Amino acid sequence: MGITFSDITSSAPLVSLVLFSFLTLIVESWGKDKPVLSYWVSLLGVGVSLALSFGHLGAGIPVFGGMLLQGGFAGYCNLIFLSSAFLTILLSRGYLERMECHRGEFYILILFSTVGMMLMAGALNLITVFLGIELMSVSLYVLAGFMRKKVRSNESALKYFLLGAFATGFLLYGIALIYGTSGTTDLVAISKLFPQLSHNPIFLVGCGLLVVAFSFKIAAVPFHMWAPDVYEGAPTTVSGFMSTGAKAAAFATFLLVFVRVFDIAGTSLSQVIAVIAAASMIVGNVTAVAQTNVKRMLAYSSIAHAGYMLSGIAAANVEGETGILFYLLAYTFVNVGAFGIVSIMERQDDKKLNFEDYEGLSARRPALAVLMTIFMFSLAGIPPFAGFFGKYYVFLAAVKANLTWLAILGVLTSLISVYYYLRLVVLMYFREGDADLDHSVPRRSMIALAIAAISIVVLGLYPSLIVDLTRSFFKI
Amino acid sequence: MFSYTPLIVLFPLLGFLVLGLFGSRIKNEKLLGILGSGTVGLSFLVAVTLFVQMLGMHPEERKHVVDLFTWISAFTGTSSSLSVSVAYQVDQLSILMTLIVTGVGFLIHVYSIGYMHGDPGFWRFFAYLNLFIFAMLNLVLADNFVLMFLGWEGVGLCSYLLIGFWHDRKFEVGGYKPGTSTTSDAAKKAFIVNRIGDFGFLLAMFLIFVNFGSLNFDAVFGRASVVSEGNSAMVWIGLLLFLGATGKSAQIPLFVWLPDAMAGPTPVSALIHAATMVTAGVYMVARCSVLYALAPTALHVMAIVGALTAIMAATIALVQNDIKKVLAYSTVSQLGYMFLAMGVAAFSAGIFHVLTHAFFKALLFLGSGAVIHAMHDEQDIQKMGGLKHQLPTTYKTFLIGAIAIAGIPPFAGFFSKDEILWRAFSSEYGSIGLWAIGVIGAALTAFYMFRLVSLTFEGEKRYGQDLHPHEAPKTMTIPLIILAVLSIVGGFVGIPASLFGGNSIEQWLEPIFAPAYEKLRMEPHPVEITEYLLMLLSVCVAGAGIYCARVVYLRRSKLADSWKAKYPGTYRFLFNKYYVDEMYDTVIVAPTVKVSEGFLWKGIDVKVIDGIVNGSAKLVGMLADVIRRVQTGIAQQYATIFVGGILLLLIWLIVQ
Amino acid sequence: MLESYVPIFVMIAGGVIFGVVMVKLNEWFGPHRPNDEKLSTYESGMEPIRSARERFSVKFYMVAMLFILFDIEVVFLYPWAVSFKQLGLGGFVTMAVFIFVLFLGYFYVWRKGALEWD
Repeated sequence: MGITFSDITSSAPLVSLVLFSFLTLIVESWGKDKPVLSYWVSLLGVGVSLALSFGHLGAGIPVFGGMLLQGGFAGYCNLIFLSSAFLTILLSRGYLERMECHRGEFYILILFSTVGMMLMAGALNLITVFLGIELMSVSLYVLAGFMRKKVRSNESALKYFLLGAFATGFLLYGIALIYGTSGTTDLVAISKLFPQLSHNPIFLVGCGLLVVAFSFKIAAVPFHMWAPDVYEGAPTTVSGFMSTGAKAAAFATFLLVFVRVFDIAGTSLSQVIAVIAAASMIVGNVTAVAQTNVKRMLAYSSIAHAGYMLSGIAAANVEGETGILFYLLAYTFVNVGAFGIVSIMERQDDKKLNFEDYEGLSARRPALAVLMTIFMFSLAGIPPFAGFFGKYYVFLAAVKANLTWLAILGVLTSLISVYYYLRLVVLMYFREGDADLDHSVPRRSMIALAIAAISIVVLGLYPSLIVDLTRSFFKI
Repeated sequence: MFSYTPLIVLFPLLGFLVLGLFGSRIKNEKLLGILGSGTVGLSFLVAVTLFVQMLGMHPEERKHVVDLFTWISAFTGTSSSLSVSVAYQVDQLSILMTLIVTGVGFLIHVYSIGYMHGDPGFWRFFAYLNLFIFAMLNLVLADNFVLMFLGWEGVGLCSYLLIGFWHDRKFEVGGYKPGTSTTSDAAKKAFIVNRIGDFGFLLAMFLIFVNFGSLNFDAVFGRASVVSEGNSAMVWIGLLLFLGATGKSAQIPLFVWLPDAMAGPTPVSALIHAATMVTAGVYMVARCSVLYALAPTALHVMAIVGALTAIMAATIALVQNDIKKVLAYSTVSQLGYMFLAMGVAAFSAGIFHVLTHAFFKALLFLGSGAVIHAMHDEQDIQKMGGLKHQLPTTYKTFLIGAIAIAGIPPFAGFFSKDEILWRAFSSEYGSIGLWAIGVIGAALTAFYMFRLVSLTFEGEKRYGQDLHPHEAPKTMTIPLIILAVLSIVGGFVGIPASLFGGNSIEQWLEPIFAPAYEKLRMEPHPVEITEYLLMLLSVCVAGAGIYCARVVYLRRSKLADSWKAKYPGTYRFLFNKYYVDEMYDTVIVAPTVKVSEGFLWKGIDVKVIDGIVNGSAKLVGMLADVIRRVQTGIAQQYATIFVGGILLLLIWLIVQ
Repeated sequence: MLESYVPIFVMIAGGVIFGVVMVKLNEWFGPHRPNDEKLSTYESGMEPIRSARERFSVKFYMVAMLFILFDIEVVFLYPWAVSFKQLGLGGFVTMAVFIFVLFLGYFYVWRKGALEWD
């Protein structure tokens, strides 16, 4: 059971990120009020971890006595979280400086929550799942309330915390019930018992509670109520981070537990998840239509996308898994980018967040308008952008798993979504307006947005790059 | 060596990117010209090196596929998995096409430096040309139907962009009211007419995928060799692919766009609408020869359509007065010959004609460009005459081109055309009727070409005194000379056995078409006395055509006018191109517009579709209003809904 | 399997019934003669003068929070100390890492001035 040296080397991306988050903490406490230093250290930390992750895409290896999976699936998910963190850090500096709350703790918290996400994606034990979720969530609670002088931000943090704590209770209860029926928290061991346990109602209730807790984290209906309020109140770049990194982490755990370890294909759990997916698609898309605030629209859109991705989990087959993994990567770039542009447009005191504030943007800020258009097209699932293939793969998975109704519903609700995504494009390009910025956009923000846009186009033109990779992870 | 293949495609792409992104900032025309033509030149060099290497190889080793990356993969795991790679296949056929595209393309690029001098869109022109070469190379080098289709559409796009290059210039487009149309209408017409053909190509691709479970050439053709004869799906595939070819290669019934494509700058006409793009259909048929071998019916259709197109376009060319229109109809006619060759299963003869035609037709177009350049954009041959003194180089090279296309030995056109005519006569799939049409067409070709030469370069000058035509700059004349030389010697690669040649092009292409010949049970023909007789006959016919043209248009110039007066109906029928444009307009365009406006737009679209759209939008809006009310902002309520959700979920799980 | 829980259920039920019954009995038998004096807050004999719902300085919370944090973490040292011999060097290293992380937090709190009262 002891920790060996190979445990450390196999989990190099994780370990290095932990060490860098400590370093950022030290740097931050040493040099008071020099957040720029923390910015650089954290950026370096994420960069190093990202570079190391590329070397850890091979076969997955259980480490730390089977508590954690590193490499393979987990390695790929790490890429998603780290990309999200990297772009968020790049985009946040200018935003926080403009909002006059630039503090080094921001970066420390981003790093800590990323560590939590990495633990979640590699969890081979329900205890690790819990540990990861809490580490991620507690950091995010604070991040949501990071603008502590703003009432909205405080409200957002409090709501997220209260409901998050509520969900954690159910998670723990679910874990307890599963432990009670199977006698272990080790996921691999449980998977061996799954065939006989799957008819035990107490075990099923335990699994159901896990579904609830994970659905809360990915903001799926009816456990989504927090998302619009929290996304709206939180600092905009944090909303971007929550809707991508945190969502991806929850999906990674979801996949790990319910597709890889428990084979839920064709069981009642799969039906329940399909219903949650359907409800998320409908509620997310329909409500997004009625929004006037872009941040809130993106929040509802993120609920809808959770629904699309959940249909891949309900399908619980190879296509579903590879589809979700591709979708998550694409969605990460798209949504960090979209929230990034919203953060650039935003002014002090929640100004300039409405649809009409984007009228005529293309005339004065053509680059921003083009980037936003790419993000919106990708969200709407218009080829050749990456969003299209994401949807294509998960719906294909649903059809293959005899969930054709879900795929049809997905396509129909996507049609609704085109309305509100393209509305923004229409406003930017075809309306007279005086949308403009009164500040210059820092180069690092533009670089981050460009990285996101290029990745979307590349993934859209060349999806097999990722799909072939992810397919190779299937089955540990 | 084969691993350098992607470079051939890469250079023009780089050229396009550099010119497209930074071209507007480069003010130096010389630099732009060097960039634009240099990339194609580099591709040509790579292709030549590759070709030389291939010459030294055993025929079986000459085929090689360079797989770059998987582009699309779907349905994996099922019996028919769709996996499309960006992969380039070099073999005897594709290297030949690559040499034509890059070689002739390079010469035309160089020519364009002089021709487009001073044009404000100079950089844009070269960017488009490079993009065209890139797309065309994708078309010929693709190892699967999808990539080929990408190239197919890409060249169509470039053709559209370049026809409408001077988009606001007035241009008379067939089917429009005189004086109302511009070059961009011509571009649109080309694009739309091609869409019909592309639709056929797409349907054929679907059928191929359904029947063979793949879109990769090797896989499809491999599986095709075990398909039994008389499978009706094969006939449909053949006919639909041919529909695609009639669009791109301007055959009946879709040829109407090509004459109007002359609205583009002349180098474009030479490159795209004579030497390369329009032969894509022929190349595609040659590439799919195995599929056609399974569908002799489709071959018959192709032979008849080709022969009819050849003679119809030739008759129209007799009476046109626009120098480029004559050449355009000539191109349509020559493409007809190529399809005639394909239709009688003389695949290598067709490709041979593609090669020689690329030389002499590019030459003729570039020559006409030099004339137009000298005449300050005058294109009417009735207002020319006697230019041979002012434009000696252009005249000589143009004359060589005209002799070559007329089919006088030993110029290039003779060998390829004669090969086609002989095969039309002797092949199991040919007939004496097809041959006769071909011979009459050859006579007409010789006639209209020398009418063109006589009216343009010889006789008395009929243009205004204020015009002082002068010879084009070196960048324009040098390509003309090179192409003229090629038009003379280009045919020597295919001297038939009967003339004691080795017909090396046929031997070179033999491995490509062998499976098709085997399926068609074609036997090699021994040399016959008939072959000599027919050869002699066609040369005589061509000579007669030339002679007649010179008599009518130089010595007895009243004769043409008197014929015109005597047979006004025939003349107008030919001059108005058999009224095909007008017919399409009344039968297809006008009713479509009427139905679209009256029924589809005002009836279906406004009432039904808009009704559904607005209605569903209203429904969504109402639903959104209801759901929005739930989102009160009160955390306790959120938790309540949360618990409600849990209860429902657990009940479901337990009841199940 | 569920049978083994029966005694627990009996116990819970007994507890609930006993509690409710006792309170109700008290209410039933006891006399009810309320007056102002009786209904006022009992504050160890002190006169209640202000509302008890007042804002406290955040410093109190700060100290309380930090105390709880470090207090709970330190509790982990007890089981480690008890099984120190069995865990050996590995246990020692692990605990050292744990204490180091704890110390990092302490360092941060200290440098940020959370421990200063003024």
